[in-house]
Amino acid sequence: MPEKWATAYDSKIEGNVIFTRFDAALNWVRKNSLWPMPMGLACCAIELMATAASRFDIARFGAEVMRFSPRQCDVMIVAGTVTYKMALAVKRIYEQMPEPKWVIAMGACASTGGMYRSYAVLQGIDQLIPVDVYISGCPPRPEALLAGLMKLQEKISRERSFRNQKPELAEKLEEALG
Amino acid sequence: MHFPWVSPRNSSSQLRSAQNDVRLMTRQELLGSFERSCGEKIHSKTEFRGETTFTIAASDLREIAKFCRDELSFDYLIDITSIDNFGEEPRFEIVYHLYSLAYGIHLRLKLAVPKEANAVDTVSDIWPTANWHEREAYDMMGIKFNGHPDLRRILMWEGYPYFPLRKDFPLEGLPSEMPDVAFTNVTPMEGGPFVTLPSTATSKDREPRARPPQL
Repeated sequence: MPEKWATAYDSKIEGNVIFTRFDAALNWVRKNSLWPMPMGLACCAIELMATAASRFDIARFGAEVMRFSPRQCDVMIVAGTVTYKMALAVKRIYEQMPEPKWVIAMGACASTGGMYRSYAVLQGIDQLIPVDVYISGCPPRPEALLAGLMKLQEKISRERSFRNQKPELAEKLEEALG
Repeated sequence: MHFPWVSPRNSSSQLRSAQNDVRLMTRQELLGSFERSCGEKIHSKTEFRGETTFTIAASDLREIAKFCRDELSFDYLIDITSIDNFGEEPRFEIVYHLYSLAYGIHLRLKLAVPKEANAVDTVSDIWPTANWHEREAYDMMGIKFNGHPDLRRILMWEGYPYFPLRKDFPLEGLPSEMPDVAFTNVTPMEGGPFVTLPSTATSKDREPRARPPQL
């Protein structure tokens, strides 16, 4: 064995090297540190707070860093009744979040308007912004929110992140690699 | 014991002596003195389950309100509500729910809103709490209040074109659009369990169903 090969190969670091797809690594990083934007609008926000507190502990899923600035968030949890008066504010806050971003519609009201079949209530936040996960319940239990968060993590882990984020670069690489 | 925040302002001597008595003023005495003092200005009196409602004219409102607060110690305006008698005259009525913290007595004043002006005088300078109550009545019913210091909508946004609690406003709403402020759409009522019809039919037929309100 030539001497330079022996220096390049170090058996001590062998166990620390992982081969994987770039997307898988990127998604793994993203899905385990989701920073939620707590869009608490009604009683669902109480359950959202309970989910963040010690008993249910959303930190187990890496999503404990609730930020009240949309610019530091990547998942918006719409928790509560979205009135028309509030709707455009919710949309504006969503637009201020940097990409990549996801939305959880927590509870019946955020998903469909819930029991408020009324002149004043938007019948589901998905009429304004794209929703990734809907959670049923009025309000949902903290376990349901955690289940929704895990669903979102599954969804993120299946995303083609690199191609979504850098479509031109991905195309060039594909051409170069044949 | 002296409670400055519940003592009547500018009390007449008769009421002052009544308050200084160990014995509290009874309901009959207080409402009796209201009836004696207002006399002709009372259009009707209704007793229902121990609660008294006097109907008065809109033009006498401020005078009677001041009298109630200053002379009769009705120092607490609990609420202002409005009624839409759609299809009947008078269409709009306003109800003032008063309470005397000193004596623990309720009084309700009711008046018809004049049709042409669709406005009554404000009482927000008499009871400051009336400020927001009157804004709410304006927002939901479209009743205006003369002399109100800040008559804006309170629940819906400025520029919303309808008054949603009027009887001719459909439950599912009407579309509206204010760019960059807010919009509304018609709400689908299918599956909505909250649309009922008043009727004498059996409870099975009256059970809430998805149906548009019939106007």
